[in-house]
Amino acid sequence: MESTVLKIEDLSAYFSEERILKDVNLSILRKRVTAIMGPSGCGKTTLIRCINRMHELVPGAKVSGRVFLDGKDIYTMNPIIVRRKIGMVFQKPNPFPTMNIYDNVIAGYKLNGIKINRNEQDRIVEESLKKAALWDEVKDFLYRKGTFLSGGQQQRLCIARALAMQPEIILLDEPTSALDPKSTSHIEELISQLKKDVAIILVTHNIAQAARVSDFTAFLYLGELVEFGTSEKIFSVPEDKRTEEYLTGKFG
Amino acid sequence: MQKDTVSWRILKDKIFKGFVILLSFVSILPLLFILFYIVKNGITSINWEFLTHLPKHIGEAGGGISNALVGTGILLIISCILAVPLGILAGIYLSEHRKGRLSYLTRLCVEVLQGIPSIVIGIIAYLWVVLSMGTFSALSGGVALGIMMLPVIVRTTEETLKLVPFELKEASLALGVPYHRTILKVILPAAMSGIVTGILLSVARVTGETAPLLFTAFGSPFMNFNIFKPISALPLLIFNYATSPYPEWHSIAWGASFVLVIFVLILNIITKLVTKRWKVQF
Repeated sequence: MESTVLKIEDLSAYFSEERILKDVNLSILRKRVTAIMGPSGCGKTTLIRCINRMHELVPGAKVSGRVFLDGKDIYTMNPIIVRRKIGMVFQKPNPFPTMNIYDNVIAGYKLNGIKINRNEQDRIVEESLKKAALWDEVKDFLYRKGTFLSGGQQQRLCIARALAMQPEIILLDEPTSALDPKSTSHIEELISQLKKDVAIILVTHNIAQAARVSDFTAFLYLGELVEFGTSEKIFSVPEDKRTEEYLTGKFG
Repeated sequence: MQKDTVSWRILKDKIFKGFVILLSFVSILPLLFILFYIVKNGITSINWEFLTHLPKHIGEAGGGISNALVGTGILLIISCILAVPLGILAGIYLSEHRKGRLSYLTRLCVEVLQGIPSIVIGIIAYLWVVLSMGTFSALSGGVALGIMMLPVIVRTTEETLKLVPFELKEASLALGVPYHRTILKVILPAAMSGIVTGILLSVARVTGETAPLLFTAFGSPFMNFNIFKPISALPLLIFNYATSPYPEWHSIAWGASFVLVIFVLILNIITKLVTKRWKVQF
């Protein structure tokens, strides 16, 4: 049973007068990994930043079109609520430097002033760290600062932080581009684990990575959604000529 | 010939290096002389009585500067209460809105304010507070010192906040944390060491200010805790006693100078420690 969690309709995004995205239509399924790939500057990051309404934080940014989360238009909702339901992990690991590992994971609750009791907190922290495959490595020093961890561990800590809010979707914005190959394969394994619980949208400029971890792939070029389909199909028999050229390394 | 040139260059290097070392030594000489002179003249007057008793009348031996110590403390507290929240908020505004007319104007005003002579700020506080309240008061002195602290706090807050990476703010906002909580609970704590440094430096800067207090706090020979009455302060006491004709008072002025210098020195050392200890690595 496959159900749509997120539906993007005629989404266009602008920076001042420049149009970054052109009428993108896309459906994201629950418990699946959807990869968005394309050359630099094609609007991948802008697309996912429109999904959790981070795009509009940049001065001069504009959005038109609609994005439905469980049938509700997120542009009619409070952005704060949207961002709690749609977690995000950034290109560069960014744990909170003033907080220890425990507080970093529970930060979504603490910073929002959501009161939960200690046992519940402990449970959420443990569960999130386990899901992020970090628990075994950090369980003995949960009260040390998160910044002494390696880059890959920091990134998993950020994933745990996003998971703690029990989001419906997690947006990964090139989560491995700042990491070494070993940490990268760690994160990729993790992504395959995570899709049991949440929908994942993965932005990547790494074609091989998209092929390895995703169920669906969208190819974005110059702000246009060129092709969207199962990864199997996109990587074996792409319909559009541009997709084929990108995959064979003619550009990008 | 070649060899000669090389050894000549090495010699030149050495001369230059020696020159640099000599000049940097010369630059610390004034401080050493000042410290030496103050310690030599001041330390003999320092004892428990000096710190805990009120000044005595002319001709009586002993007496202390407790009124000035308390006065300086109260003045600094008032000025901090006025300047710290205002300065930090203005600093937040400037770092959050780097472009724009209001922030340009604010930045300009802060820079100009920093350059205004302290005596002028004293006059302003006199016109605003002393005249409208009809009496010299600790409050007016605190206002004058607060105005002097403001630019330092604004600028250091702005500069440290600018160093906090934008990714951190994004991380917080992406968790659905509202903007004001992001600023208060994520950005400010990350910049805490810099902000505290700025506050301590500004306190150190105004502690020794005499000019703005001359016609605001005015000075008082009595112990005073009422902020609506004239109050004594270390620099005022030093000014009054050092210009008096009595040798006993001169030695009290030296003792007070010693206390003042030590206080500022300790503040500077604490500042260094804070910067080191609380430094957040991004």
